[in-house]
Amino acid sequence: MHAIEVSGLRKAYGNLEAVREVDFAIEEGEVFGLLGPNGAGKTTTVEILEGYRKRDAGEVRVLGHDPARPGPDFRERIGVVLQQSQMWPNLTVRETHAIFAGYYRAPRDVDEVVALVGLRDKANERVKTLSGGQKRRLDLGIALVGDPDLVFLDEPTTGFDPQARRAAWEMIRSLRSLGKTVLLTTHYLDEAEQLSDRVAVMREGRIVRVGTPAELTTTDLQTEIRYRQNGEEVLVRTDEPTRVLAELTSAAVARGEELEGLQVRRPSLEEVYLALTAEEEQG
Amino acid sequence: MSAEAIRVGMRRPARGLFVHQLRSEQLVFWRSREAAFFIFLFPLLLFVLLSSVYDGKIYGVPAPEALLAGLIGYGCANTAFAGLAIQLVIRRENGILKRLRATPLPPATYIASLLVSTLIVFAMQTVALFLLGRALNGTPFPSDVASLVAAVVIGAAVFAALGTAIASVIRSAEGSSAVVNAILLPMAFLSGSFGSTLHYPAFLRAVGDVLPLKYFIDLVNAVYLHGHGVWTQPQDLAVLAVWGAAGLVFTMFRFRWEPREP
Repeated sequence: MHAIEVSGLRKAYGNLEAVREVDFAIEEGEVFGLLGPNGAGKTTTVEILEGYRKRDAGEVRVLGHDPARPGPDFRERIGVVLQQSQMWPNLTVRETHAIFAGYYRAPRDVDEVVALVGLRDKANERVKTLSGGQKRRLDLGIALVGDPDLVFLDEPTTGFDPQARRAAWEMIRSLRSLGKTVLLTTHYLDEAEQLSDRVAVMREGRIVRVGTPAELTTTDLQTEIRYRQNGEEVLVRTDEPTRVLAELTSAAVARGEELEGLQVRRPSLEEVYLALTAEEEQG
Repeated sequence: MSAEAIRVGMRRPARGLFVHQLRSEQLVFWRSREAAFFIFLFPLLLFVLLSSVYDGKIYGVPAPEALLAGLIGYGCANTAFAGLAIQLVIRRENGILKRLRATPLPPATYIASLLVSTLIVFAMQTVALFLLGRALNGTPFPSDVASLVAAVVIGAAVFAALGTAIASVIRSAEGSSAVVNAILLPMAFLSGSFGSTLHYPAFLRAVGDVLPLKYFIDLVNAVYLHGHGVWTQPQDLAVLAVWGAAGLVFTMFRFRWEPREP
């Protein structure tokens, strides 16, 4: 069963084609990462799925609803963390959660959610006293308090220090264990690699690659073999690492030499991403 | 929790959501010290101040009574126009309005509860003005309470429509208070909130004659100072209706839920 199905999605703002022909599907219970540089069309795509924007063309199903004409049940079942939002500064963390809980038919227990996002010690503090990372956790808490089936996270850790980011990652992993479907947009590759079951890379309004992080790193770029010979760094890129490595090592063994500093590495997702999203030279 | 869980599959009654949101709005309003001071308390302070310096009569009635009516007018514009506009701009630019759109709270319920919450604040302020006037200056309570209530509701509706309209035009949260007060304070002076305008130059009075606040204060004067029923003032009501309708139409075309793109 698909939580989200998108085919032939298009959206233009005047002459700017923000999204051109986007297709993908997200399984229920999957954490799906949408990657891409600024202006690639990530936020436009997500805002169409959330029901904020009308599409120009294409088919979109989110939890069985058309988000452009959602039934009354649609907003009961989604949770949204916007890229930027600041809640009422003078309410406490708990009060803010309670206000949002009141919008849903079957909300989760407020104190439970406050604890889940790691704000139990701050429950009775005013929102304006929270740090940036804590405010982001508040955003996540109010997205979860309605007990949604599908959670949209738009760059949820931007501006976090490394420790806060690790904590947020743990929280997002716990969403998966709760059986939630998560659509995560991010421009942090390590984040996408750590959290996502599958990633889609967007560029200029199109999805240029979809797959698990492992698939993307094995199929897209050649494996790199590095060693030093006579003090000089040698780099071999190959699609057949096993054969090349066997040749190199057997030749070295035959000569009685050691291949100094021998390294075999797969490209990181970051390198794949940079290759996929690199600007083409304008001729 | 379990009572809630049993209701799964049924639509939540709209009235429950409205009451929940109204309570939330009241909590948000009173928790903010700035809002509670500038919107609720400030007109009361002005009344105490002005009624202690004015002697004699304004428009042929004791000064405190005329000032009481004038400050109901100022309070109305301050609460429903200025206060509402500033709150809406801040919420829009902070992404709160956008965020609420992703919840099951219907936009109409949200707007309705925000307007009723604003009306509650203004009504409490009006009651406080009458109590203060009675205690400090011996001003009478209104003789026709029903007409005064009607006038207060009409005024709040007209200025709320203008408040949402101006909120649609203001671009940044930082500038919202300055823009709104640059309109509110001159309007209040020209409309006679703080005393008679009879000695003003003719052109200033001419400006005042097109502003909605002058007609709202006229209406309150007629009801409170002269004991007329609210429906005996068709000219005031007509001008207020035109301003209110203009604000509403402008809002319908220009109101945005989302912050400006960064």
